[in-house]
Amino acid sequence: MALSSLRPSITTEVAEGSPDTQRFLSGLDLLRQGAEARLYRGTFLGRPAVIKERFPRKYRHSALDSRLSNRRTVQEVRTALRCRRAGIAAPAIYFVDLVSNVIFMEDLADAETLREHIGSSPFGSRNLEALAEIVGRTLAHLHDQDIIHGDLTTSNMLLRRTLGTSRGNGETSERANSNDGEATAEEDVKDLNGAKLVLIDFGLSFSSSLAEDKAVDLYVLERALLSTHPGAEDLFGTMLHMYGRSSCHGTAVLTKLKEVRQRGRKRAMVG
Amino acid sequence: MTRMNESNSAVIALPSSSNSFISVEGFLPRDTARHHRKHILAVLKESLQEANLQPSDIDCIAFTKGPGMGAPLAAVAVVARTLAQLWNRPMVAVNHCVGHIEMGRLVTGAGNPTVLYVSGGNTQVISYLERRYRIFGETIDIAVGNCLDRFARVLKISNDPSPGYNIEQMAKRGKKLLELPYTVKGMDVSFSGILSYIEDATPTMLAAGECTAEDLCFSLQETVFAMLVEVTERAMAHCSSQEVMIVGGVACESHIAPSSFTRDVGKCIIVHINMIPLYPSSTFSGKSIHTPPKYSYFDAI
Repeated sequence: MALSSLRPSITTEVAEGSPDTQRFLSGLDLLRQGAEARLYRGTFLGRPAVIKERFPRKYRHSALDSRLSNRRTVQEVRTALRCRRAGIAAPAIYFVDLVSNVIFMEDLADAETLREHIGSSPFGSRNLEALAEIVGRTLAHLHDQDIIHGDLTTSNMLLRRTLGTSRGNGETSERANSNDGEATAEEDVKDLNGAKLVLIDFGLSFSSSLAEDKAVDLYVLERALLSTHPGAEDLFGTMLHMYGRSSCHGTAVLTKLKEVRQRGRKRAMVG
Repeated sequence: MTRMNESNSAVIALPSSSNSFISVEGFLPRDTARHHRKHILAVLKESLQEANLQPSDIDCIAFTKGPGMGAPLAAVAVVARTLAQLWNRPMVAVNHCVGHIEMGRLVTGAGNPTVLYVSGGNTQVISYLERRYRIFGETIDIAVGNCLDRFARVLKISNDPSPGYNIEQMAKRGKKLLELPYTVKGMDVSFSGILSYIEDATPTMLAAGECTAEDLCFSLQETVFAMLVEVTERAMAHCSSQEVMIVGGVACESHIAPSSFTRDVGKCIIVHINMIPLYPSSTFSGKSIHTPPKYSYFDAI
């Protein structure tokens, strides 16, 4: 989610959920409210943290709503952990409240979303090309772990300027594994002056080895990229190229992608 | 593409023949084309009369070029071309979806809404960015109206006045919420999964007495509409938009609109416009609801 320049203030009614949690949250600094969750800034055991709350959506039937919010909170946490174990940068998770669907995680305060970065760089610059290559490689790595992100957009990828600060923030035995992964990632980013690509927002993620699911994941990114950054076709081309080269099943997925693109509007929906 | 501006455009006549077109089997291209051919000249005359204009006052002929069913589109295009030649005026081809949206904006006065376009053939979330309408989210397989209509066939629900309307009426009597596949992929939705699930499960569940047909209607509606509202809200958050406009045949499902956005998004203007008034008794076209927000999360954007 983009950490944009909105100036929010909560004038409202407290949403449902445990009253203690609500009281705690209302004392925090609201960073942003997205379609699905509120983000606050706070601390956790002395460390700067971002607190993500999936608040109840009244338009949904309450049973459906709690099922969805809970499932997404669980998936988000699980996938973030899986990513870190595999050497893909994702926020460290400090604490999860599964009753109120609240996640306490590492605060990536120095990070900029890819969306903001692309918005401020001219197309065709070497900088963006290098970035696209990194994105392609990272997604290949993700899919090779059979992790489907489910909501790939340029707002869900962060560029972190400061190297290495994530290590100090309380991971446990994962640190040993993530060291290996992070070493490779560091080599990749020299072009971007030490920036690192961090994936976030895994609420819609799931596990799958099917080329179909990986292709749809890329399709979601393609659509999000092209609708937000008109003219980014070449950039996406670079991402796909790198993806194909870096992934074990790249060719199968890219072939499937061509098929996925043909669905929906392109089909005649008569009968 | 320049957008129409409320101060220099207006809808001056809006006759329709669709009240006379009740299709019992669903909209088949051949029948729809026949209907168009039968009524188009009368509708044309009526619109000139209502607007109090002569052919010589007309500057150009706009027609729907697509997307949509080939035969009906061709039927109308032939008339448009004939008029253009007869009256010696240029033709302007219009995108079907953009037509719905621009009409909606004109009639309701919406400024820059995020548009949820839902019908039997289309399900898209559209927003205007850099001089074009762009599709931010859409169905990756079938349209929601298509899903509802095919489900109605499974339950053998009447098509009069429309399957969607009848599903909605039955849903009001449903009590049990069944867990159905909920598929949102980023800003896209998918309905073929939920359709095949419910097509398979319906006979068994009804036979076993696990639920009633009304429960199935209720559960399907709750699930698909929650999915649609979710992707629309994501697009709104992405574009920092505060307005929603719902267009297309499924828009007249009263369920999706009034309760859906009002209580969750501050300062929301919801606009309903349905180009095909299927329910003669509804006062539907061009209704605009300014909802005082129940709570506002942001004071000013």
